[in-house]
Amino acid sequence: MTGPLRDTAASALGLYIHWPFCQAKCPYCDFNSHVAARIDMERWKIAYLSEIERVFSENPGRILTTVFFGGGTPSLMDPDLVAEILSALQTAAPQANDVEITLEANPSSVEIGRFRAFREAGVNRVSLGLQALNDDDLRRLGRMHSAAEGLQALTTARAVFDRVSFDLIYARQHQTPDDWAAELHRALAFEPDHLSLYQLTIEPGTVFQRRFDQNQLPGLPAEDPAADMFDLTQRICEAAGLPAYEVSNHARPGAESRHNLIYWRGGDYAGIGPGAHGRLTRDGIRHATETERIPEAWLSSVETRGSGETSITGLSRREEAEERVMMGLRLAEGISLSDIIAIDETEIDHAALAEMQALGLLHIDGDRMTTTPRGRPLLNAILAKLLA
Amino acid sequence: MTELSRIRNFSIVAHIDHGKSTLADRLIQLTGTVAERDMQDQILDAMDIERERGITIKANTVRIEYPARDGHTYILNLIDTPGHVDFAYEVSRSMQAVEGSLLVVDASQGVEAQTLANVYQAIDADHEIVPVLNKIDLPAAEPARVREQIEDVIGIDASDAVEISAKTGLGIPDVLEAIVTRLPAPKGDRDAPLKAMLVDSYYDPYLGVVVLIRVIDGVIRKGDRIRMMKTGGTYGIDRLGVFTPKMKDIAELGPGEMGFLTASIKQVRDTRVGDTITHEKKPTATPLPGFKPSQPVVFCGLFPVDANDFEDMRDAIEKLALNDASFTSEMETSAALGFGFRCGFLGLLHLEVIRDRLEREYDIDLITTAPSVIYHIYMRDGSMIELHNPADMPDLTHVDHLEEPRIKATILVPDEYLGDVLKLCQDRRGIQLDLTYAGSRAMVVYDLPLNEVVFDFYDRLKSVTKGYASFDYQMIGYRQDHLVKMQILVNDEPVDALSTMVHRDRAEARGRAMCEKLKELIPRHMFKIPIQAAIGGRIIARETLAALRKDVTAKCYGGDATRKRKLLEKQKAGKKKMRQFGKVEIPQSAFISALKMDG
Repeated sequence: MTGPLRDTAASALGLYIHWPFCQAKCPYCDFNSHVAARIDMERWKIAYLSEIERVFSENPGRILTTVFFGGGTPSLMDPDLVAEILSALQTAAPQANDVEITLEANPSSVEIGRFRAFREAGVNRVSLGLQALNDDDLRRLGRMHSAAEGLQALTTARAVFDRVSFDLIYARQHQTPDDWAAELHRALAFEPDHLSLYQLTIEPGTVFQRRFDQNQLPGLPAEDPAADMFDLTQRICEAAGLPAYEVSNHARPGAESRHNLIYWRGGDYAGIGPGAHGRLTRDGIRHATETERIPEAWLSSVETRGSGETSITGLSRREEAEERVMMGLRLAEGISLSDIIAIDETEIDHAALAEMQALGLLHIDGDRMTTTPRGRPLLNAILAKLLA
Repeated sequence: MTELSRIRNFSIVAHIDHGKSTLADRLIQLTGTVAERDMQDQILDAMDIERERGITIKANTVRIEYPARDGHTYILNLIDTPGHVDFAYEVSRSMQAVEGSLLVVDASQGVEAQTLANVYQAIDADHEIVPVLNKIDLPAAEPARVREQIEDVIGIDASDAVEISAKTGLGIPDVLEAIVTRLPAPKGDRDAPLKAMLVDSYYDPYLGVVVLIRVIDGVIRKGDRIRMMKTGGTYGIDRLGVFTPKMKDIAELGPGEMGFLTASIKQVRDTRVGDTITHEKKPTATPLPGFKPSQPVVFCGLFPVDANDFEDMRDAIEKLALNDASFTSEMETSAALGFGFRCGFLGLLHLEVIRDRLEREYDIDLITTAPSVIYHIYMRDGSMIELHNPADMPDLTHVDHLEEPRIKATILVPDEYLGDVLKLCQDRRGIQLDLTYAGSRAMVVYDLPLNEVVFDFYDRLKSVTKGYASFDYQMIGYRQDHLVKMQILVNDEPVDALSTMVHRDRAEARGRAMCEKLKELIPRHMFKIPIQAAIGGRIIARETLAALRKDVTAKCYGGDATRKRKLLEKQKAGKKKMRQFGKVEIPQSAFISALKMDG
């Protein structure tokens, strides 16, 4: 066999490392992020290294193909800590030649100053949280940086790293489809090869949710303009050579996030750090792992029990099939029907499938099932029917 | 047994929130009838629903021993009657069981329509009435004005009304003294054959049916064989007693006394309110007058949200029916909602109470269809059909004409809201019968079709008058009108549970309003959905619900898989709250909400 190891091969493994701290909590964010006055980097280092050893000894014979530092704001990590973690990984497991190591970064000046050190530590891809290209919207989103700082970070990142992606949030307060189209054109003018474009959604438990419930979040686009914005995003990005390969992710062919593709394609990944999840196949059964969510609890769990893991659950065939359909249909490439049937042949409701084909929401070509351009923005509704 | 002259039997008449239950609590407390540590608010209201809503559904009695200022100890029997118009018949029987009433009026609010209805019942029962002005401690209290109002509106002397604050206890001893000195003692013949009124009854899981009685003539003893004169049932008395308000056994009850009996009666249905109880061997010749079998006036369909709950629901309905003779049910099949029951109620409150109890005590989620009244359908062949359910409307070619029940509604309202009230009544096809003023409040009397009232009339009335109007009604008979059955079609399929009877002149407006409402209530689907109203084959209103355009999670990565999967599971469970009509899912709440009118 020639060519690189496939990221979803049985022996391949992606690793997600969660850094739970931020300088400030963004009001729309429902991720596991915390603001701490002081962080004992030494303690955290020891804990991460201990978890790396545990995970790879529990899953021997794995080849590491991707690493993803997510958060929180991992660009606030001490670059030495990132270097120690990556070097520990080199001894813990064999790595693919083309290992992809991504780090999420925010565009503050402190973090920009660390980019070079991160690269020297081994990071070869960054994902920048620009979120918006104008100061008013950045303020409303509770971001700590200006639009100018964002663009400065982008310039520096591109000078330092081979692969740079950035995030934007749209369907913001008072934003019209025209506003968003103009902003997206500006973003594309930087000729990125990867973009994550998220519709602003009001998540439970966030500050935005509270404001929304109190009618203090005026001007959010209604369903129709929001759907228009989704449609024009697809059109504009495709014309620029960055088609959507996933609901919210756009890339030049070949520039996709390999780590994230593992999630959507049903590959194995381990999760380290507070609240990190994993999916690990052992003895033919796919297991879901979870860790302590609260940073301090995770630390002391690792220190006292020698593990941050709180649960490891074998998924039923049905649950596994459900996840595969749910995650796989997010991708433009869709899913393989025979793959799903091999996991659990009863999972898909064929009457619902036929109905949604007739409605032009799902498309089947041989073994592959994909959402149509009209179906993709309706994925939740489609899944609810399909997996009934 | 107690000497007649030392007995006083009375009820308390009051509008909701005017302090009836609080006054009862105080009377019980002050006479030491209940130990301080056992005292709780609204001690006479046993059901959760009664406590929560501050209403009384079942009659209760309590026997209070009161050492009066004249040195004698009196037995005071307080009967706590239901206060709502739905239970007007039950109230009338309770009133017949006592000789006097305390008329409690909130000194800051004045007389309300419900007060009026109940006080007229008391007057009809020849009661001596002692006016009591409550909440006298409130800064807004206007005892002089309210006295005048009582005299003007009700026409009874209020010059020596007792002023109290049931909350603080102020004036309570004066109330007790007034009961003894101003209310008449009961009359009765100890040596005559037994004649007792069945005042009310309820089911107790340990004792079986407990019957509340008032002895008119004769003496009833434990072990006696008795006969219910209307139902014909004969029983041996197991237990005889009084409520203090705890049950306390007693050897006998003589004329003028009130208490309870148990007699291994299995079903409340076997005990009819207003029936006469007599001895099996030596019966009275003349039963008490005024007995009426109860008749449901409002009907609706109740369906389990989860079809698997049907059997549980059948059991629950049977159990409830055992305890409530005025509630009727028969199985119904709806194309839209599956198996359920068509149930009859005394009124809207009764409907709500039963539905609440099914949901709460038996833990069954229900879909309630639009309440309907009984229409009389006169067929061309001269026969008459009672229509309880619009879905059963016969083919029009065989129908000669329809009649609908009408009510006489009495509404008391502050002057500034009068215009809105008149408009509401006109909009609901009302005919004004009377309009008079009592101080700054207007009293309007309307002849209204019951079907315009059963649904949301009271809610609308409260809303247009900011809660200041009070409302009461009585049935006045049937009248012919031009009524049609309006169907609703969702995605071209008729939804039988949304069929209603409407007046022909209002059908277009009604149909439009319902289609607009449904457009908001039905969530968008993956395809567009026409919503139409039709009379016969003719479409009279139409709306289109646009197709869903966007429903996708923006971010879904490795950490979201579990959460997303659980969300999907929850969505599936949530679908149980929806009903499938062809390809369309309609939320259960839509069946009632679609009918609510804003105007």
